[in-house]
Amino acid sequence: MRATRDGPVDGAATGTAVPTADEARLRRTPRAGSLAGRALEYWLRSYRRTWRSSVFSSVLSPLLYLGSLGFGLGTLVDDGSGGGVGVPYALFVAPGVLAANAMQTGVSESTWPVMGAVKWQRQYHAMLAGPLDVVDVFLGHLAFVVLRLVMVSVVFGVIGALLGAFTSWWTLAAVAVAVLCGAAYATPVMAFAASQENDANFVYVFRFGLIPTFLFAGTFFPVDQLPELVRPIAYVMPLWHATQSCRDLALGSPDLLAVAGHCGYLLLWAVVGVAAAARTFRRRLVE
Amino acid sequence: MRRPGAAAEASADGEVLISARGLTKRFGDFTAVDDIDVEVHRGEAFGFLGPNGAGKSSTMRMIGCVSPPSGGELRILGLDPRADGPRIRARLGVVPQRDTLDEELSVHENLVVYARYFGISRKAAHAKATELVEFAQLSERATSRVEPLSGGMKRRLTIARSLVNDPEILLLDEPTTGLDPQARHALWDRLFRLKRQGVTLVLTTHYMDEAEQLCDRLVVMDTGRIVAEGSPRSLIEQHSSREVLELRFPADDNAAAAGQVTAAAGALAERVEVLPDRVLVYGPDGEAVAHAVHAAGLRPVTVLVRRSTLEDVFLRLTGRSLVD
Repeated sequence: MRATRDGPVDGAATGTAVPTADEARLRRTPRAGSLAGRALEYWLRSYRRTWRSSVFSSVLSPLLYLGSLGFGLGTLVDDGSGGGVGVPYALFVAPGVLAANAMQTGVSESTWPVMGAVKWQRQYHAMLAGPLDVVDVFLGHLAFVVLRLVMVSVVFGVIGALLGAFTSWWTLAAVAVAVLCGAAYATPVMAFAASQENDANFVYVFRFGLIPTFLFAGTFFPVDQLPELVRPIAYVMPLWHATQSCRDLALGSPDLLAVAGHCGYLLLWAVVGVAAAARTFRRRLVE
Repeated sequence: MRRPGAAAEASADGEVLISARGLTKRFGDFTAVDDIDVEVHRGEAFGFLGPNGAGKSSTMRMIGCVSPPSGGELRILGLDPRADGPRIRARLGVVPQRDTLDEELSVHENLVVYARYFGISRKAAHAKATELVEFAQLSERATSRVEPLSGGMKRRLTIARSLVNDPEILLLDEPTTGLDPQARHALWDRLFRLKRQGVTLVLTTHYMDEAEQLCDRLVVMDTGRIVAEGSPRSLIEQHSSREVLELRFPADDNAAAAGQVTAAAGALAERVEVLPDRVLVYGPDGEAVAHAVHAAGLRPVTVLVRRSTLEDVFLRLTGRSLVD
């Protein structure tokens, strides 16, 4: 049937035959998720518009955090506490901020961009008009978010090393854990964002979710400094598991079993988030 | 109403590309599409005509395989949307009601990005984009961002974009809503070209002139149901008179005047409709009715004799106007 219909439509509108039609057809229904690369390609192409400012802020962020906290505040801490955290404060805080920075990127990339692709720019709808499945659309976007996480975490690691806040090669593994931490936040937040009618609640995610986590989940001081009653809240947060393992790794003599346990917990969040997002994306986009 | 006898007319000999039986779409308690039967044949231009909220867009989204039916049977290109959505969508072109262009990207980039969703190679995508930019009459704007383009230009780009995969069926959901008359005509011209080239067009509209211009065959929808089916001409013949006399009376006087008009027209009128702003008299000879009305001493503010349109068909079938 298809072979015989070439005449009128191929090069419809166009006059010349371009061999696109056959490339665009699918012989069988693809497995959901197998076309995610096509969605990822869009996000990369779209990123070409903004990469300069994005790279700039990726570099600026570790400079500011490590400058003010690691070396500014850190001098006071080290003088005052007599090394209460066991190592110079800059070495203590850098892996924590590495993880927290990934969390922040993971959440930012999963809130407004998702809402925009659902409601404002509507890129998801454009993708779904073609052969992509909802799962492709979600995984393609998630892949882009993960690439962004890799980018900001690697840059953070490099700048931190140049400033002397990272001294061990184990920092490479810490960077990987930071990416996992970002993904553990990104997937549930994407699920949440796709379920929202507008962006009004995103402010609360940041104000009551992200900022308290950032301040109290072990980034700046050990959680055992917290009142006993509040500590369990920190332990539930993926960020605490990430700061613990990033620190353990970056300081050069990690307890690999503990790190594996923390990573397992992060992975659980990421996987549950994927499952939740697959549901909310489908409910929102294909009704 | 189930395929009211008209199925045999028009293009019934073409291969069936879309077939719906008892197709239904419910959102909670609300039934958007209520048990409709539709068949679209290869090469025809098929329309869903109806007011806002008639269920046209819900039907289109089911045909576009982005909204699973709640009931009934739907086959597109011989495949089942529930199981083969991606495969069907790979062969459809979709012009959604609201543009989904990336306004930050250029005209050309929008086409390339979209072609890549269909797995078209980069090289072929660029070649296709160049040709389609020309089809959309946007060659001079190929490298400019989409955001500042006019509504008509964006719409033409959306149509061009829907052609990247050389679709077998082109779905157009209210293609010209919100455009000024000039932009509408430019767009119709593009659609005529596609129609001549044999592309199967399926469109929704609440503009009767659009339906009359573009559609070989259409269904009239109201509150989720199909109330009539046929070619524009046969629908008018079946459900309306040859001519219509439109009378406007001074404000608030229409209802009272209608009684007198009916009496004056007598056997010359098949039917009289009273709208908020005018009285419509249906009959074979509008001029004759106008004379009778004048002879009876009635003095309407304006008098207009015209041919019946799909608007009249819709009014007859549903008691309501298409565009309010």
